[in-house]
Amino acid sequence: MQMSDSREIAAPPAIVWQAILDPDVLRACIPGCESLSGSVAEGYQAVVKQKVGPVSATFTGVVQITDIVEGQSLRISGEGKGGVAGFAKGGADMALEPSEAGTRLTYTVDASVGGKIAQLGSRIIDGFARKLADEFFTRFQDAVEGPEEEPAPTEAEAADAAPKKGWFKRMIGG
Amino acid sequence: MPKDGGIGASTKRREDVRFLTGKGRYTDDINIRGQLYAHFIRSQVAHGTIRKIDTRDAEAMPGVVKVFTSADFTGVGGIPTGWQVTSRDGQPMLEPKHPVLAEGKVRHVGDPIAVVVAETLDQARDAAEAVEIDIDELPAVVDMKAAVKGGPLVHDEIGSNLCYDWGFVEENKAAVDEAFKKAAHVTTLDLVNNRLIANPMEPRVAVGDYEDHSGQHTLYTTSQNPHVIRLLMGAFVLAIPEHKLRVVAPDVGGGFGSKIYHYAEEAFVTKAAQILKRPVKWTSSRSEAFISDAQGRDHLTRIQLALDADHNFTALRCETYANMGAYLSTFAPCIPTWLHGTLLAGNYKTPLVYTNVKAVFTNTVPVDAYRGAGRPEATFQLERVIDMAARELGVSPVELRRKNFIQPDQFPYQTPVAVVYDTGNYQATLDKLLDLSDHAGFEARAAESKARGKLRGFGLAHYIEACGIAPSNLVGQLGARAGLYESATVRVNATGSITVFTGSHSHGQGHETTFAQVISEMIGIDASQVDIVHGDTSNSPMGMGTYGSRSLAVGGSAMVKATNKIINKAKKIAAHLMEASEADIELKGGKFTVAGTDKEKSWVDITLAAYVPHNYPLESMEPGLEETAFYDPSNFTYPAGAYGCEVEVDPDTGKVTILSFTAADDFGNVVNPMIVAGQVHGGLAQGIGQAMLENCVFDENGQLLSGSFMDYAMPRADDVPFYSVDHSCATPCTHNPLGVKGCGEAGAIGSPPAVVNAVLDALHRGGFTHVTHIDMPVSPSRVWQAMHG
Repeated sequence: MQMSDSREIAAPPAIVWQAILDPDVLRACIPGCESLSGSVAEGYQAVVKQKVGPVSATFTGVVQITDIVEGQSLRISGEGKGGVAGFAKGGADMALEPSEAGTRLTYTVDASVGGKIAQLGSRIIDGFARKLADEFFTRFQDAVEGPEEEPAPTEAEAADAAPKKGWFKRMIGG
Repeated sequence: MPKDGGIGASTKRREDVRFLTGKGRYTDDINIRGQLYAHFIRSQVAHGTIRKIDTRDAEAMPGVVKVFTSADFTGVGGIPTGWQVTSRDGQPMLEPKHPVLAEGKVRHVGDPIAVVVAETLDQARDAAEAVEIDIDELPAVVDMKAAVKGGPLVHDEIGSNLCYDWGFVEENKAAVDEAFKKAAHVTTLDLVNNRLIANPMEPRVAVGDYEDHSGQHTLYTTSQNPHVIRLLMGAFVLAIPEHKLRVVAPDVGGGFGSKIYHYAEEAFVTKAAQILKRPVKWTSSRSEAFISDAQGRDHLTRIQLALDADHNFTALRCETYANMGAYLSTFAPCIPTWLHGTLLAGNYKTPLVYTNVKAVFTNTVPVDAYRGAGRPEATFQLERVIDMAARELGVSPVELRRKNFIQPDQFPYQTPVAVVYDTGNYQATLDKLLDLSDHAGFEARAAESKARGKLRGFGLAHYIEACGIAPSNLVGQLGARAGLYESATVRVNATGSITVFTGSHSHGQGHETTFAQVISEMIGIDASQVDIVHGDTSNSPMGMGTYGSRSLAVGGSAMVKATNKIINKAKKIAAHLMEASEADIELKGGKFTVAGTDKEKSWVDITLAAYVPHNYPLESMEPGLEETAFYDPSNFTYPAGAYGCEVEVDPDTGKVTILSFTAADDFGNVVNPMIVAGQVHGGLAQGIGQAMLENCVFDENGQLLSGSFMDYAMPRADDVPFYSVDHSCATPCTHNPLGVKGCGEAGAIGSPPAVVNAVLDALHRGGFTHVTHIDMPVSPSRVWQAMHG
């Protein structure tokens, strides 16, 4: 599976770059991420819980940031083992450039699975990977962009794991 | 009036009573006191190096008795291959080791790495999660052409992915090439014969048992040929002498080829039971079956047909890449060669044939025989290229075939591909087909479809197949590492009932009914007095089992031979009792009479005398009435037939609907017409499944994408039509005592090209004349893309 897309983010490239390299951002943006520790230089240990079609599993694995061209582009990749459920691996090549809105983030995502997930879920895996990628970049965008209006969270929203809009920007005082 | 018993009667299948009332005894029904359960941990990657297997945590878990790895099987042989094929350069095929559990490397998704044996299946499964396995994934090779052009090596130690490069008939190669140069017309077709998964209703099961006090091993297994498993596993894998190894294959719920082979799981449970001194059972899940049962077909072929100006076939040339998967399964090497190349003359007089087959290792599940095995691949390419040639030449596909048929007065017919057809009449089956399918009314039906906006097409395919395998001396020359005779012991009991122990194995074929009909006919007693016993090496003589449509033609012949010995001895006893000359004794309707007198003894009089020999010629004859015979056929049998398929294509969606399917088969003499019709129906459903629905797909990393019934489309009742089946055009086999030919695989062999030819005919009639071929399965998307591509 491979897909490419781009997003306009209302924040300067420097802020976006900083966000990508922040493990707290990664942890908040990777859907189903239960823990993430480590550093850019040494890679992160991550635990991600996901349900792919009929197979649900907790994946433990490594997330790495490589191919860094300072301020411009990098690759985030991960590989997780889900025990009897099989394994999943994938990554995203990301590039930043200044744009009218702030930053244009372009990315190419690739993903592959193996074992039971592939055997039972191959039909839905492309759509699933697409949805995960979309969710990741939506969360990322929300984290980086400034708060617009903030309605009082409903109970359901409060229970949702998705972080509030603009939290990263607020955190770094933007 | 239909007969109510004996040969030719449509006797209802006696075994169905127990199958349909839930009283069948399958391998999974066998549970032995103290039994443990095995769970296999299989590779999730198609290719990789095993770095570490840590079983300590798993072995500490509740109920776990032992976790096995290849380290526990160091003194054990590999899973053997039963056939040696020689390459064009005279070198033997490359034959890498196939270990019981992966050694150092995994080579396909599903390759077994470790086995957890525990008190319960749930405990074994839970503990499997705790086995730590570290594998470095290697690039996988899935595409056959890439595999032989320097792709990653599946087996490093053999240095190539090309198992063999076979040419047949190699001596004809130059003459074939020359004929192509001189041809008035050459038709070339590239095609794929799609990989299939057999999917018998009952997944595989194996139970190993070991008696410490006697050293006796028993393996209960879902096999089509228990004696072959005993031979292969005992002699080549575990070094257990045959008298210490009993293999039992009880009721088996379908095999279609996939249960011929000796599998690692069988060797595992047998060995584990010995090591642990407790019975060990393994039951395959359906998901496991998808990645551990040998699969079928998977050929990439270019076929070329040369014709002269009068449309006579002058030569045929083929090049095929045949996928072996990651390891050589038991009979894998012979399928694309001797069961494929030898059928390329088909029903035709083509004087020159050359085929080149390259067998290739890939990081996929092993491939072996599946219903038809090589012959469907040969028939598909031949019958497709003939249809294509007819279209290119603007002649009727029916007449082009008819013109090139071997004529009825040419039998026995020596083909240019080694085999000699003993008998046949292809014109007769074609005429019967055209009649039964109302071919004369086709144009009117096509017009009616057109008025409804649908495209109707008719597809014809002829087939001939070599089955009833096989003459042992011949297959020995061709590389078989086994003989292919069959055996039977006919035991007449004192009060006249008969128990037949046959080396054939029934896993759906109805032998218990058919074989009893034959005995009933020969002796003249009611079939209810005859029991057919099979599937246990401890009570039946060494037999080769059931595959290659061989049971009645070879196993039935052995039984006839043994029964004739019984009759000869019974006549001697009758002659003694009636004080007559043996030559004057006649057996009819279960009674012995003396010709020209009113003297008579019943069957039971004689059988009783044999076991209570008070008045018996003991000085010249042993008491008892039990005979064993082995029958080795002198040739294959050659069933042949004409298949016609009528389809409608929806031009808006590309969806194909099969409206009718007609089969006119020549099976020689028929013992039970109902069972034969059932065999044809089943074969047709599987052939239609291949043509329309089924496709086994691996992604470029070797992951199986069609790994469940959600993605692997099996034919369902509403995917197949009501069949019209006929076997009245019979030319009896000339070399076996019953005059019978195999009928089990014909349906699956002849039907795929009939379906595809019908779809192409519909498209051409609808004006889509640019479409020359569509690969199977002819799914709506493929048909639509071909129409608009």
